[in-house]
Order: sequence, then structure tokens, then C-alpha cells
Amino acid sequence: MADVTPKSVLLTPIFQNNPIALQILGICSALAVTTSMGLSLVMTFAVIFVTSLSNFFVSLIRHHIPSSIRIIVQMTIIASLVIVVDQILKAYAYEMSKQLSVFVGLIITNCIVMGRAEGFAMSNSPGLSFLDGVGNGLGYGFVLMFVGFVRELLGSGSVFGFTVLQTVQDGGWYVGNGLLLLPPSAFFVIGLLIWVMRSINPDQVEENEFQMKENTQPKEAV
Amino acid sequence: MGNNSTKKTLLVAFVLCIVCSVIVSTAAVALRPQQQLNQELDRKTNVLNVAGLNEPGIDVESVFSEQMSARVVDMQTGDYTDEFDPETFDSFEAASDPATGRTLSGKTDIAGLSRVENYATVYLVGDPDDPEQIVLPIRGQGLWGLMRGFLSVKGDGNTIISITYYELSETPGLGGEVNNPRWQALWEGKKIYDDKGSLSPEIHLSKSASGEHEVDALSGATLTSNGVTNMLQFWLSSEGFGEYLAKFRSGVSQNEAQNADGEREFEGA
Repeated sequence: MADVTPKSVLLTPIFQNNPIALQILGICSALAVTTSMGLSLVMTFAVIFVTSLSNFFVSLIRHHIPSSIRIIVQMTIIASLVIVVDQILKAYAYEMSKQLSVFVGLIITNCIVMGRAEGFAMSNSPGLSFLDGVGNGLGYGFVLMFVGFVRELLGSGSVFGFTVLQTVQDGGWYVGNGLLLLPPSAFFVIGLLIWVMRSINPDQVEENEFQMKENTQPKEAV
Repeated sequence: MGNNSTKKTLLVAFVLCIVCSVIVSTAAVALRPQQQLNQELDRKTNVLNVAGLNEPGIDVESVFSEQMSARVVDMQTGDYTDEFDPETFDSFEAASDPATGRTLSGKTDIAGLSRVENYATVYLVGDPDDPEQIVLPIRGQGLWGLMRGFLSVKGDGNTIISITYYELSETPGLGGEVNNPRWQALWEGKKIYDDKGSLSPEIHLSKSASGEHEVDALSGATLTSNGVTNMLQFWLSSEGFGEYLAKFRSGVSQNEAQNADGEREFEGA
């Protein structure tokens, strides 16, 4: 990220520098909330709200934050924002907040939010930091929506709650893939997505930290 | 004054805490009425769902107040009680309070509750003295955690209309199918008790269901099905609503109902 322009901070996190696919941050919630696209969408908005505003406020007071307590200051700001989001969801999207349950609160521990506050907002202007937060939220949301799409379509045969493949339980023909409704399946989907993204953008591939030894060849018994 | 001096550090921490706590408490206080409204609405919607009165587009609040009346039942005697206001009675609180709850142990605790309240809120559809439907709250352990739901029973205190769960953590696609309308429809017309007037419920889930006391178990979700059976066995026995429902069934514990002088009148109209 050499050039810091409004456009680049907003757009690079989506594909070139995706927080989940490249930095492998925020995986936990990506596993938990992607059973349906509706949930993924609400979670995306919540994370965009928190990352952008926490970036903004941290950047606003960055010249006054003593370095000895800077992590705690960031956490306090993030935690306050998360509680506000949680309260708003409970008041205006009760059904969703019931399904998201504890995962809204866990945005506090989402490494993306903390990472952006510490890595970007501490050294950039409020405006840019805000856009950086939105961009990273969008990058997170992109992965969430993709995983949510695959899991909801193949797991429960619907997209955004609308039936596409009628499942056997509802009298149709499609036998839903139960694994995709369970959190571990998101590992496979995210893994495949990372594979695709790195095939398109080969410079995202990390250097090997060590060389693997060749397999020893089996020898015939003497 | 340097950023890292003790004074500045304390000042920043203090100001930040004040600002953040004001924001958080404003949000919590300002949105509280709306949140409580949502919770109420959610509970009422679930009650209407199990009673089969909920249709898309209806005004839950007005339908609920027109058709439903809530009463608190003393489960040990099976009588209504005026001690608690059904609007505010909280079964979880009641269970943990030694005055209104009791500890279950060993054999009686088949639903895995460990503590249970002595009183429960029931919802009556139609005339409260001669209801068309009785909606009972039930809860118990499933495979992964506590399942909370409602069971609705016809006015004869024996015929099931429907069952629904509003809080559960069962495996999606397997145990989570308890809320599939096709499975819920299987419950309609099933009988809880045998004809002999015993207080122990006969209803259970079975892999090859036949007859009026058996409902098809959920395929691939044996433990959830066991949980459902256990919680019905518990809540419909004399530990739960057994005594209460007996008052609605003819030929059962009639003496007891008539002897209940001075209590609220049951055998209405």
C-alpha cells in the first residue's frame, strides 16, 4: 500500500488486499454467521459501521493517544461502537439480532477492526481512515456474501431466503448438504475462494518459509 | 505536556471513558422501550404461531389481545392463581427463586432442567372459562442445549394442535427441523393421555409412528427427538401441567376439581 489515495484505500481491500483472503483476519465470525445471506448482509453492515467509525474516531484523537495505553483506548472506542450497534439491531432488527446472537458482540474481537485502527488510523487523517474502514468492511463483506451464497444455496437450497432448489424436507427433490450448514464448511469455501483469488493475482501467493524435503523413495527389500 | 506523561495519560483515559459511557448509556436507555416492545411482540407472535392464528400481515398485537388471555397456573394443584401478574411473570426467575421454584433430582428430571418453577403462564384462546385452545410453555434439553417452545392443546386437555420452538441450538437441517411446518403438521390430532384417566402422558416420538400417541421422530436427529419426548413427558406429567390439564378432561380428577371450593371457578359454562 504505497500510495494512500481515497480511491485506493476504499477499493484495494476488496480484492487486492482482502482482510480475510489475504491477511486471514476475522475468520471466526466468517465461519459463524454465513449460514444464510441475510445474516451475512446484516453482519457486513455492522462490521462496516464499526470499522469505519472506529477508524475515524481513533484517527481523530491519534495525536492525543499516549502510546502506553493506545490499545486500550482503541478497544474502548471499538467496544462502545459495538454495543451501540448491538442495541440498534435489538431495537430495529430483532429477528436478525436473535440469530446473530453473540456474534455482534464478538465484533469487538474481530481482528480486522483492531488491525485497521492500529495499522492505519493511528497514522492517517480521519477522512482517509474512515474510507479505509469502509473499504475493509466491504472486503470482509465480499467474502461473507460469497461464502453465505454458497452455503445457503447448497445447504438449504435458497438465496436470501427465497427457495431456488426445493429441498426434500419441503417436498422437493434437492437433498441439502448438511455439512454446509455447519461452521467448519466455511473453511472449505474460504479456502477455495483464496485459491481462486491467488490464481488470478499470483503476487498474493506467499513465499515459502521453508523448503519441503522430497519424499524418500521406497526401496525394495534386500 | 507530552503525550506520554502520567498526567496526560490519566486525562485521556478519563475523558475517553466519560465520553464512551455517555454514548453507550444513551443508546441503551433510548432504545430500551423499542427493544422491550420487540421482545413482547416476539413472544406473542410465537404464541399465535403455535395456536395457528398467525397469518402474514395481521396485527399481532390486536389479534393477541382479542383472542388470547394469559393466566398463571399453579402446577402443583392445577388451579389458576392471582398471586402473579401474567404480563410480568417470568418463569426463569421463578424457577431460581426458592419460594416459587423447586430443585429436581434424578429420575424426575427427565427434561434436564435441574430447577423448575411451580407456576407457569398459559395462554387461553377463546372464552377463558371454556377455552378452545390452551397454549403451554415447554422447555428441556435437546442435543446441544436448552430448547424452549410452546405446545398448544385443544380445550379437551388431551388433543394436540401444534408445537413450536422459539429458542433452540439444534443442528440445522437435522434437529433444527423441529420447526419445519411439515413436521409440525404431524402433531395435529395426536392425543397426550390414554382414555383411562391416568396423569402420565403417553405421547412420544417414535421411529415408526402409528396410533394416536406417536409422532414420527426426526430422521437423523435421534437425540433431539429424545429431548422432545422427554420434555413432553415431563411437562405433561403431574410434575408439570398434568393436574391442570386433568381439569379439562372429562372423567379425570373430577372430585378434586369440585372440592376446590374457594378457588377460582373452573368448570365454566
